[in-house]
Amino acid sequence: MNDTTDKAATFDLECRNLVRRFGDFVAVDDVSFGIPQGDFFSILGPSGCGKTTILRMMAGFLQPTSGDILIKENSVLDMPPNRRPVNMVFQQLALFPMMSVGENIAYGLQRKGLGKSDIADKVRSALDRIGLPGSGDKSIKQLSGGQQQRVAIARCLVLEPAALLLDEPLGALDLKLREHMKIELKKMQDKFGTTFIYITHDQSEALVMSDHVAVMNEGHFEQIGTPQDLYYHPDTAFVAAFVGETNRWHGRVEQINKDGIKVVTADGVPLLATSAGGEQHQAGAEVDIFVRPESVVIATDADRVSSMDNRITGDLVSILFNGANSRALIRDRQTGGELDVALPQTGEFSHLKRGQEVHLGWGMAQAKAFAALTDSGTKEVGT
Amino acid sequence: MNIQTASRLSLLLLLAPLGLWLVVLIVLPHVDMFLISLHEKTAPRVFEYGTANYTEFFTEPLYWRTFTRTAVMSIMATTLTLLIGFPVSYYIAKMLRGRLKSFLFLLCLVPFWVSELVRTFGWMILLRESGVISNVLQWVGIAQGPVEMLYNDATIMIGLVYTSMLFMVVPLVSTLDSLDDSLVEAGYDLGGNAFTVLRRIIIPHAMPGIVSGCIVVFMLTLGNYLTPVLLGGKNSLWFTEMIYTQFITRFNWELGAAFGFLLLVLSSLIVWSGLKLSRQTLTETMG
Repeated sequence: MNDTTDKAATFDLECRNLVRRFGDFVAVDDVSFGIPQGDFFSILGPSGCGKTTILRMMAGFLQPTSGDILIKENSVLDMPPNRRPVNMVFQQLALFPMMSVGENIAYGLQRKGLGKSDIADKVRSALDRIGLPGSGDKSIKQLSGGQQQRVAIARCLVLEPAALLLDEPLGALDLKLREHMKIELKKMQDKFGTTFIYITHDQSEALVMSDHVAVMNEGHFEQIGTPQDLYYHPDTAFVAAFVGETNRWHGRVEQINKDGIKVVTADGVPLLATSAGGEQHQAGAEVDIFVRPESVVIATDADRVSSMDNRITGDLVSILFNGANSRALIRDRQTGGELDVALPQTGEFSHLKRGQEVHLGWGMAQAKAFAALTDSGTKEVGT
Repeated sequence: MNIQTASRLSLLLLLAPLGLWLVVLIVLPHVDMFLISLHEKTAPRVFEYGTANYTEFFTEPLYWRTFTRTAVMSIMATTLTLLIGFPVSYYIAKMLRGRLKSFLFLLCLVPFWVSELVRTFGWMILLRESGVISNVLQWVGIAQGPVEMLYNDATIMIGLVYTSMLFMVVPLVSTLDSLDDSLVEAGYDLGGNAFTVLRRIIIPHAMPGIVSGCIVVFMLTLGNYLTPVLLGGKNSLWFTEMIYTQFITRFNWELGAAFGFLLLVLSSLIVWSGLKLSRQTLTETMG
């Protein structure tokens, strides 16, 4: 996937050392990646990180300052957008309101110079495949948000592009529909077998749908990997903080043991953690420690967590009930910091009351220490 | 008094000035005009009703020829204004951002700070035999003697397009402004070239603006008096001149009123067929 791991593989779409500047501002800073045929590839990052700039460069609406973009191993830098074999699904969909649904799908086919009956056949089969048979004569306004979404995608897919570029297409939909479209998009990609490049700031969209995800921050890629990789083995503090829910402590390394490090926070709380991200922290280094809510064991009885590497006694602030994903917010007695803890699905803690004393514990291996972030994006448990 | 009648009353009161204006200044004079146009003079100060004024229009070639000429030239001026105004509007609405955009928009407005009369005299200063352009041409050596550029149809056309430009640019800029850039990008992305994007996306989107701009420009041109008279002189007759002559010089209000009515019918007819051709409705383009 990453060209450092697999140089021989051929990519449907590849970017090499892509740089884009706007004046003094570097929007995209030396980004390289390759996407194999049929992959669902997401670029995940906060707004303003440069992900849309990358997509617009691939589509041909922006020229890179330097670097190369290859589609099927041919550079496309000199190719205008209308001749590039990639198509884009815009954030606001950009369906043509002056044309009917069928005309929208036919537009690209007509540009290819296909015959009338050919186009009619393809439009009909595309409408069948997206579950809107016989809707060709409807106007765009008659369709629901989800249906418009499918038309926007079908309009591109009938052209059989080398890759489909999607610019946060679910952003405009309401929550319920968005959840539904996530699954539908994934199914549609399986059905058509086209390479999808999907831009989003919503980590759950990226994790649910993608084969591979690139996490982007301030113009560069922090990490490229499968959703599981990013979640369980983040390379950097940014990825650990951005992907999934997490608890964070900031502290200084005091002591290095053979299987972990001892970190002391500013409040004087000692924590045991393991170095992550391929770094070996030295004593005295500033680090951030991340612990997933589901790695923390919660108990009302102190003995249940007595064997754990890290232990905290706290008071329950509130229960954030969300069915199987319910969590508890617990205030650390010693520091006053708040922790996010996943509740077991058995429901055995559903009787917990506000202000009740609880005991928390987690292993050293589940606490990952990274060199401290300069800019803290997430709130800390305690310092 | 309950709320429903109160709100109906306030609506009536709000509409009253508009209604008064329409009835007193537009409807009443036109009804009177129509009645006058049906007068036939049988003896001094003796009239009877008849259609003689209208028959005279169709039997006298000068009248109906000037009439057709005015219509054809107005359509030409409207088309020319559209052809020049469209790229200008597209540039202002889509290519420019921020202050430069408002500045260029303002530039279109600036000529309207001086009266139409003064503007037209400006053109005369440029184009007359002893005018600026004629002198420059002689000085450069392109022309041997003074060149007269006034008093022909081309000059009228220049003047009409010039005075109409703003009324085309304003509706066009506002409709083009509302065109989402991503629609144009999608048009290219799906394989369209500049021509297909223009034909399939930009023009259909701008159609209400094009039609309303054209209606306004056409009406203004057809009813223009100053520009054709001053720039066209005696060589180029405009139908409004005929109406003026009947009313003021010939003192023949009956024929003048008939001409006025014919002009109204003509403009309504052309606007209606323009709407039919472009498949637009009046409410759509003006709303």
